Amino acid sequence: MSAVLFFIAAIGAIAGAIGVVVLRNPFYSVLALVSHLISLAALFLLLRAEFVAAGQVVVYAGAVMVLYVFVVAYVGGGEDLPTGGGLRILGPVFALALAVELCIALLGTGLKGISQKGAPYVAGFGSPEAIGKELLTKFLFPFEVASLLLLVAAIGAVVLARRRKGLEGDDEFLKTVHTPRSLFTGTMAEGVGVRTAPRGGED
Amino acid sequence: MAIGWYLVVSAMIFCIGVAGVLTRRNPMVILLCLELMLNAGNLALVAFSRMHGNQDGQVFALIVMVVAACEVTVGLGLIVALYRRRLPIDVDELNELHG
Repeated sequence: MSAVLFFIAAIGAIAGAIGVVVLRNPFYSVLALVSHLISLAALFLLLRAEFVAAGQVVVYAGAVMVLYVFVVAYVGGGEDLPTGGGLRILGPVFALALAVELCIALLGTGLKGISQKGAPYVAGFGSPEAIGKELLTKFLFPFEVASLLLLVAAIGAVVLARRRKGLEGDDEFLKTVHTPRSLFTGTMAEGVGVRTAPRGGED
Repeated sequence: MAIGWYLVVSAMIFCIGVAGVLTRRNPMVILLCLELMLNAGNLALVAFSRMHGNQDGQVFALIVMVVAACEVTVGLGLIVALYRRRLPIDVDELNELHG
């Protein structure tokens, strides 16, 4: 049963990865990446990493991909660029060479555990409780550094993508903010007679 | 399934990501391919964590996910800044820094 699930998830992950690279429209590439991430979460579940799988689905396939979809919709990115010059042939050749090299490394490895199903399963392995305990005791410093990194990235993105000139020169925005008030629409000042002739219509 | 199978899948995903980074010209797709490579690394980390029966690898994978999210945020901010300044969204055209 687990072998069947493994092959389904692995084929889904690899097909999604190929889809990201091959599809011409960036929007479809993002959708292929979502399917890839969900298949990968299934693989994580098979490896008994429940918390990582949940984080993968919620954070990656949910939040990060929504960000991608927003930017693709904003920028457009519709025109498909042809692959440039020499890298068109060299790129896949290099990737294939890397794949062959990695397979040789895997076949010639001296690791004993690689051909087994892994260490015996103990209850609670990879559960949110266990991972949380690790994060807050043994890995507390990396955890805090990660939160600082997220803060830096958020500020950096805002600084990078802001409007360069600010809001002063934007006529459209000024018009919406300073709409002249129509005559005798019942302000408090008119009611008590402080401002008799409404000046709002003139400016 | 033996752990080796997961490592084979991870290696294949990594190589597909490398091919994408080398061949595509749209920076958004290059970011997606970087995600593929990071995810391949994550899969290998979780597989080794299962092999040793030790959860440290899963914590590593979580930290890698955080770093990937940061990289995506900054990369997409750059792409939006490029779009605002009417620069071509093409890594072959963007080959010099203007300050």
